[in-house]
Amino acid sequence: MVLHYNPAEYETKKIKFSIFSPETILSMSVAEITIPDTYEEGYPIDNGLMDQRLGVIDPGLRCKTCGGTERTCPGHFGHITLVRPVIHVLFAKYIYEALARTCEHCHKVITEDVKKRPKKCPLCKKELAKIEFQKPTTFLINGKEVLPTQIREMLSEIPDEEVEKLGFSPQNAHPKWMVLTVLPVPPVNLRPSITLESGEKSEDDLTHKLVDIIRVNQKLKANIEAGAPQLIVEDLWNLLQYHVSTYFDNETANIPPARHRSGRPLKTLAQRLKGKEGRFRYNLSGKRVNFSARTVVSPDPVITINEVGVPYEVAEELTIPIPVTKWNMEELKDYIRRETYPRAVYVIRGDGRRIKVTEASREKILEELKVGWIVERQLIDGDVVLFNRQPSLHRISMMAHLVKVLPGKTFKINPVVTPPYNADFDGDEMNLHALQSEEARAEAREIMLVEKQILSPRHGHAIISPQEDIVSGVFFLTSDETVLDKKEAAKLLYKAGITKLPKPDKGKYYSGKLIFSMLLPDDLSVKFTSKLGKEVVIKNGKLIKGEVDSKGIEQYIIEKIFLMHGPSYTTKFLKNLTDVALEYLSMKGLSVSLRHYKISEEHQRKVRELLQKMDKEIENLIIKYKNKTLERAPGMTLKETLESLILQITSKTRDSMGEIVVESLGEDSPSIIMARIGARGSILNAIQMSAVVGQQVVRNKRLWRGYYGRTLVYFHPKKLTGRERGFVYYYFSKGLEPDEFYHHAMAGRESIVNTAIRTARSGYMQRRLIHAMQDLVVLEDLTVRDAGGQIIQTIYGGDGKDPMFTKGKEEYETKPKEDDVDTV
Amino acid sequence: MKEEIDVLNYFLNPKMEVMKKQEVEKLLKEYGIEKNQLPKVLESDPVVKALKAKKGDVIKIHRKDPTGEYFYYRVVV
Ligand SMILES: [Mg+2]
Ligand SMILES: [Zn+2]
Ligand SMILES: [Zn+2]
Repeated sequence: MVLHYNPAEYETKKIKFSIFSPETILSMSVAEITIPDTYEEGYPIDNGLMDQRLGVIDPGLRCKTCGGTERTCPGHFGHITLVRPVIHVLFAKYIYEALARTCEHCHKVITEDVKKRPKKCPLCKKELAKIEFQKPTTFLINGKEVLPTQIREMLSEIPDEEVEKLGFSPQNAHPKWMVLTVLPVPPVNLRPSITLESGEKSEDDLTHKLVDIIRVNQKLKANIEAGAPQLIVEDLWNLLQYHVSTYFDNETANIPPARHRSGRPLKTLAQRLKGKEGRFRYNLSGKRVNFSARTVVSPDPVITINEVGVPYEVAEELTIPIPVTKWNMEELKDYIRRETYPRAVYVIRGDGRRIKVTEASREKILEELKVGWIVERQLIDGDVVLFNRQPSLHRISMMAHLVKVLPGKTFKINPVVTPPYNADFDGDEMNLHALQSEEARAEAREIMLVEKQILSPRHGHAIISPQEDIVSGVFFLTSDETVLDKKEAAKLLYKAGITKLPKPDKGKYYSGKLIFSMLLPDDLSVKFTSKLGKEVVIKNGKLIKGEVDSKGIEQYIIEKIFLMHGPSYTTKFLKNLTDVALEYLSMKGLSVSLRHYKISEEHQRKVRELLQKMDKEIENLIIKYKNKTLERAPGMTLKETLESLILQITSKTRDSMGEIVVESLGEDSPSIIMARIGARGSILNAIQMSAVVGQQVVRNKRLWRGYYGRTLVYFHPKKLTGRERGFVYYYFSKGLEPDEFYHHAMAGRESIVNTAIRTARSGYMQRRLIHAMQDLVVLEDLTVRDAGGQIIQTIYGGDGKDPMFTKGKEEYETKPKEDDVDTV
Repeated sequence: MKEEIDVLNYFLNPKMEVMKKQEVEKLLKEYGIEKNQLPKVLESDPVVKALKAKKGDVIKIHRKDPTGEYFYYRVVV
């Protein structure tokens, strides 16, 4: 047993890849396997495929090679002596290379490229044979099939220097070893048999395959010894080749896969390793973990951003090991005494023995509990856990949260932490991991806690920031018209924990700006232009001018507060801001109905006029195109010029609808306001709902595919006007015409296909990037090094800066200059 | 037509120089590493050839990029 792990002792100096030679296979074999069967009367047959020298898998038995039990015996290889050699399918390609690149007379390498094999040897001047390779394992010399025996001979004749020139190693990977004469039989551990309920034994696919190989091998031997005709021998030989080939890879092109009696293709060696469900990706790169939970996420704006609401059922199941110290001994004893929820489930003694806390064992454990033991306690409020949503595309896809056990069967998160996870609440599920060591918990709390990730490591702006309703609430609260009476002001401030009312600034009344200012720290001064193009000024924690929108919150207020006052202050600020904004929004009310998307008759007329004008323009262009007076744009055909001009007209037309829609719905229409302040939706959404859906495109071109010269049978072929080429004249609240609906679906389909392809492609790129960079680390001296200690960068990023704090760190570290906000 | 390029003074190439033995020792001590833990450059590299550097020499590269100016080191292999 390894008592002390000394990395130097186990340092991997080098790894050698090689091909087994027949001698190696024989030297590691503990038994020759000659009988194509496994058990007889419940006992492994000697020299059979379950020979006890190959290891033990049944408890109670001992290995005949090493004497170990099923827990200690690692298993041992055996071998099958093949009566006639066969080609190793997976090496056939290389055999061909070795043959075609050498001269069969002088055995020298004569070409670098198998396709450029000369007719005559440039060295010994003798005629060269034509060598062909037919997948998977057939070789032809001068059009005649050659047997593996001859191939092996030809490969053996190549001298060592030439073998090296071919790119092989005569000591470690001689090409002649690619023709098999003995076959290793893997230990039983690799192919355990399963005992069914009926007591019947079911063998592993590999064992089945090995049975086939031995059977044919025996039959071949008998026929040769009996002097059977060459034809029959060759038939059996081919059969042996088939079984050995499918034993290695049962998905080779041109070989029918070997099947189980049930008709299911066998899973042989290559199939065990290959692909997503193979050993590498399924079992080695992706292991399943204990101490984790998964359920649906739902919103809870009442908990803080650092918390996660955990269902009782989860808290009860997950445990956390707590080392016993003299300071927490009594506390832990309380957990051991308890019979209901927050209780200790297991206790681990100093010697590593794990004892379950039960009615029977409780008293004894309480008596013996010592410093150094470990108590495994159920999850409680305040425990640090990791919380994650897939796909984990960046580091903030996994953050540390503090547990808060809440009723319900879903995980609860504050909607403000939604952006880093890219989560919504339409059924998304997330994973939670209970941390199992003090180091992990400390690391999670100090580095991964949500509040420490408020600024994005990508651009330095706030990524954990209010959205949707909260943005609307802040905007309405800070708008110039908002005035509140004493009762309302008190109600709002109470939400932020402020119990002392300020002096009213609007006579008897309080302005919304004053209430908002109460939430800001006194030393906050910023000036920016809002999304509406108006100037917003905050000076010494007072909002003096302007209405705050999403941009102001994200890029100025939260970011600056975080840099000036740090994570926990910002968390409190976010909490207060959310509570006050939502309270104000529900006091004021914000709702939409169909009425808010209906534009007036007059404006509808304006829309139709614009569309008619567009149709006229398109028609004129088509006429100019048809009589060839249209001027061809550089780098385009005449048709392309026409299409591009039409697309310009259609998008111009739709954009000009914006003004009409805003004019008709009114600047104060809820959806217009929400779009403008960045709370939800866009002006384009409003246009499509109220005025016109507009041109549908596939691959940036107007629609044209489907039937001859048209998209649908109802149209005249080759018509180029708007309707025929996918312009949708109606709008969503009115409803689309059938052909328009179809055209809209064509464009909609493209965007769905694009997302599917984009996620697949970016996912694979991500995999490769992560693989390449997974062990890089930035050290204290700001060098970037890999796991082997190799220096990758002498200074991280060329400047040693953390992008999270790059944007204007200097600017925020010192208080802003007075003249910065003096233009008021 | 082939144009001769002076790789040591070409505008796309950063300034490079072969480090003195003591300088290399100081550098390795500073980073607490062995020479083989430095990034590598082939002896056949045109700049290495122009510098007449041999296997085991360390080349100091004066890098200048949009993020800043810094030194990079490569050992000739
Ligand atoms: Mg979703
Ligand atoms: Zn054994
Ligand atoms: Zn020759």
